[in-house]
Amino acid sequence: MLDAAWVPLALTLKVALWATALDLVVGVAIGYALARTRFVGRNLLDALLTLPMVLPPTVMGYYLLVLLGRQSAFGGWLFETFGLRLIFTWQGAVIAAAVVSLPFVVKPARAAFEGVDARLEQAARTLGVHEFGVFCRVTLPLAWRGILAGTLLAFARALGEFGATLMVAGSVPGQTQTLSIAVYEAVQAGQDAQAATLTALLSVVAVVLLLAVGRLARGPVAAAARGGA
Amino acid sequence: MRRRLTLFACLALAAGASAAQEITVSAGASLGPALREIAPLFEAAQPGVRVRLNLGASGALLQQITVGAPVQVFASADDETMDQAQARGLVRADDRRVLVLNRLVLAVPADRGADVPRTLAGAAQLRRVAIGLPASVPAGRYARAALDAAGLWPRIEPQLVYAQNVRQALDYIVRAEVDAGFVYASDVGIAGGGARAAFEVPTPIPIRYPIAALRDALPAAQRFVDFCLSAPARAVFARHGFGLP
Repeated sequence: MLDAAWVPLALTLKVALWATALDLVVGVAIGYALARTRFVGRNLLDALLTLPMVLPPTVMGYYLLVLLGRQSAFGGWLFETFGLRLIFTWQGAVIAAAVVSLPFVVKPARAAFEGVDARLEQAARTLGVHEFGVFCRVTLPLAWRGILAGTLLAFARALGEFGATLMVAGSVPGQTQTLSIAVYEAVQAGQDAQAATLTALLSVVAVVLLLAVGRLARGPVAAAARGGA
Repeated sequence: MRRRLTLFACLALAAGASAAQEITVSAGASLGPALREIAPLFEAAQPGVRVRLNLGASGALLQQITVGAPVQVFASADDETMDQAQARGLVRADDRRVLVLNRLVLAVPADRGADVPRTLAGAAQLRRVAIGLPASVPAGRYARAALDAAGLWPRIEPQLVYAQNVRQALDYIVRAEVDAGFVYASDVGIAGGGARAAFEVPTPIPIRYPIAALRDALPAAQRFVDFCLSAPARAVFARHGFGLP
């Protein structure tokens, strides 16, 4: 009973952490590009990246299944070249969770970068700091609270991810059976005690996480939750 | 104005009348294609009655009914699930009928070459094998019973990918995301050539699909059950690869 709860919990945390790490790297880069550069298709890119927030997770799951599946060109290439399988593996669960929670990093990151006073960056440049130095020592420190808020929301979203994960990674105990999938299966099978245990566990984790978020970055997270960031 | 009100009242009555004649049939996912053909035949024979199909894993359907889903007819893919429905007072023993029979097979993607397993021991050597969740999917329960009987369950368990119903297991096979999977013989025919049976899995218990109108169901529910056991419906089931009792 205890094992049946801890295995999916550990897996859920592993998948959510990896997904968030991916989102952080990719989301900050995209958020910066959207905020600071002008290029053709910028608005289209923004819209495409917001899609996971709007579309049902099952639609994202289907896209990923078609894109990453063994019969697709890309999925086949991944397998032939790197021996990497994403369907039914925990890495696939990470990709699914990362894709659906990416907008939670991109949106606040873009807003945070846009909020950084360009004159401060100019000042750094006049003092002879090169572009990467400006980003690391001026822009990022000024924007990090907004990025952190987005990252924590992305982590929360990844923690509860269900639809896309189930479609891409399926249900393999200990590998892709996350807490949300374990809860679903327990309810389907009428194992109410098991479902109650898992639900309580997930609820406790979520409350602890939200309390931690509140302590870490009270201002930006509250603003992000209100839709401002 | 008055005429409009009358018209509105007539429409409301008509809508009410048709809603009263709607029956919901919860059936195991493997029955889906056949029942989708049978429902219109029944509706044509019984004007004014509409059939709504609710397909899924038999165990999941039972949970829905247990918590009060408004269902009139239940058809499960195994006796065990129907036994549970009976034990919970949802179905009367006298109302149970044997609808169809089926066989369990190990199916492989259609384009799989020569290395197709011919035995359960061979299946246990494969890298990924799809199976319905034994706790709620009868096809998974039959497969587990067969593997247990052969003493192969511990060996194959690490390679298993669990499906929420038997149609999902079939989909995994057709997409070639698994090397093989446990599905019904009747499922293979509807895979559109994407899957083929490697061998028939011997199951310790025969695969039987019971059907029953639920306790306190509308009279149309029993008529639907009777229709499913009639010659026209049996012809449809036979065409979909089911055995007839």
